[in-house]
Amino acid sequence: MIEVSNVSVSLGGKRILAGLDFSAEPGHVTAIVGPNGSGKSTLIKALSGDLPYTGFIGINGRELSALRPAEAAALRAVLPQSATLSFPYTVREVVRLGLLGGRSGALPGQDAHLPERALAKVDLAGFTGRFYQELSGGEQQRVQLARVLCQVWMPVLEGKPRYLLLDEPVSSLDIKHQFLVMKIAREFAERGGGVVAVLHDLNLTAAFADRVHVMHKGRSAAAGTPEEVMRESLLSDVFDCSLKVGAVPSGRIPFVLPQAAVA
Amino acid sequence: MPRPAEMSLRAMIHAPEGDRSARARLVLVLLALLLVSVAAFSVATGASDASALAVIDGWFRAGPQDALTARDRLIVQEIRLPRVALGILVGAALAVSGALMQGLFRNPLADPGLVGVSAGASLGAITVIVLGGTILRPAVDLLGIHALPLAAFGGGLVTTLILYRIATRRGQTSVATMLLAGIALAALAGAIAGILIYRADDQQLRDLTFWSLGSLGGATWTKILAVAPIILAALAATPFLARGLDALSLGEASARHLGVPVQRVKALAVLCVAAATGAAVAVSGGIGFVGIVVPHLLRLVIGPDHRYLLPASALLGASLLLLADAVSRTIVAPAELPIGIVTAIFGAPFFLWVLLRRRGLVDL
Repeated sequence: MIEVSNVSVSLGGKRILAGLDFSAEPGHVTAIVGPNGSGKSTLIKALSGDLPYTGFIGINGRELSALRPAEAAALRAVLPQSATLSFPYTVREVVRLGLLGGRSGALPGQDAHLPERALAKVDLAGFTGRFYQELSGGEQQRVQLARVLCQVWMPVLEGKPRYLLLDEPVSSLDIKHQFLVMKIAREFAERGGGVVAVLHDLNLTAAFADRVHVMHKGRSAAAGTPEEVMRESLLSDVFDCSLKVGAVPSGRIPFVLPQAAVA
Repeated sequence: MPRPAEMSLRAMIHAPEGDRSARARLVLVLLALLLVSVAAFSVATGASDASALAVIDGWFRAGPQDALTARDRLIVQEIRLPRVALGILVGAALAVSGALMQGLFRNPLADPGLVGVSAGASLGAITVIVLGGTILRPAVDLLGIHALPLAAFGGGLVTTLILYRIATRRGQTSVATMLLAGIALAALAGAIAGILIYRADDQQLRDLTFWSLGSLGGATWTKILAVAPIILAALAATPFLARGLDALSLGEASARHLGVPVQRVKALAVLCVAAATGAAVAVSGGIGFVGIVVPHLLRLVIGPDHRYLLPASALLGASLLLLADAVSRTIVAPAELPIGIVTAIFGAPFFLWVLLRRRGLVDL
């Protein structure tokens, strides 16, 4: 369980998060949505331990700021928005960096094979020998996801859930790989881990998230299941843009139709 | 530790694609062999016809020795061997401090010689040479032969810290800022050194001239004793940095997310760079470009994995410096060229070539 209560973050004198409450449970994909500048990435960074904050952030009941880097690395892995590398690493060498923490949770002796397995998961089998710098942005993003998966290969370690913190994991991906990455997140949650993802695509959010957290001006505007949260008035208000919400014929999954707002 | 070559070869056949560690281990073995042969060659050749073989033979033979062997023995044991030993230490120190600095700054163009760290170390050394007889007398008396390398270490440390503070913001280093700040720091250190040199007396000026020639020529066992502990300590610390520097190449935040204690890694890397650079500068003056050429060549062959890059840099740096020393001894024989000139003749065009290749890529 990730718990955030009354957390504030200020950067350069400006208050980015103001008394925020948030929670993410193991077994769930928790999506963070909101307009640009609403504090989504700042929340992920605070959860990752990158920013000084006031208030309480707990992972599995332990105060985040009291965790040593190695302890935190065994509890969660973080996918950055983008990562440039300063030296010519091969794809396999980048993915292998995920094993540095030494707590993948894979069976003894299996760590050596994890880079290949993780790359196959993100649809990059056969890319091991390529140079990272020569890949497209979307491919690089999937390589980073494979690295992150290696770090917390087993979603549950010693009976305790672990977490994936994903900052815009599908931002550079084509639609096929957007679905692939969201399915990987779902699978991680179904096997007992927790996923927190910053997402921009409301329809992808509705289709894959168990819980949605809507951010607005550094505060929580709403939190709940996609059906609870994705209401026309709330979304139109938060995104400052008139939006129509419908539901796909077969069931409960809501969708947002941007064209409706233009017409 | 590198495995025997045969095992590495076998491992290479089964190595997964994109995994260069087996190749790197093989290269480490080859580099060790190269260093042994270059060192043997350097001990066996020189301005005189002294025979190293005869001397070594003499070590294992009891009984009195003739006058010729005694002379050869003096040449080999007191001139050639210390020179080779110093060359190995300095070459390894220069190449490893370059590789460490590049890892620390996340940039293949960082080098202690280019960004003012060597200049800062020189200032430390000059301070001791000029003021060692007066103001700094008590400190020099206390530290003995270690005073000079320790002062150079201090000068290098201060420069590295200032440079890091200026050029790095939130874990990202701006190359332009780094190089420009390096120019300013080197100019400042040079200016202060100039003031000191003007205050120096005749004897000190002679010491300074000998020191600043940048040569392995004056190698003695005393000099080696003065710097070996510092250089060996820095080299011994590098295995503890390899994992952290690999993670740092993803950026500071990602390194921390992987469980690396980033601040500790950075502090240790800065200490090692300053110690190795300072010690090298203290005994051999300014020898440039080893720190940039060696790691760059190695990355082309074995990749940037610091577990292999750091020891390989030490081995190749030592070999290349011994070769450069051989060139400097023979090219204008019987005179000797300062070794810094030889490394610059080869290193500076190499650096320009690297710049050209990278010009199109990212912002350097």
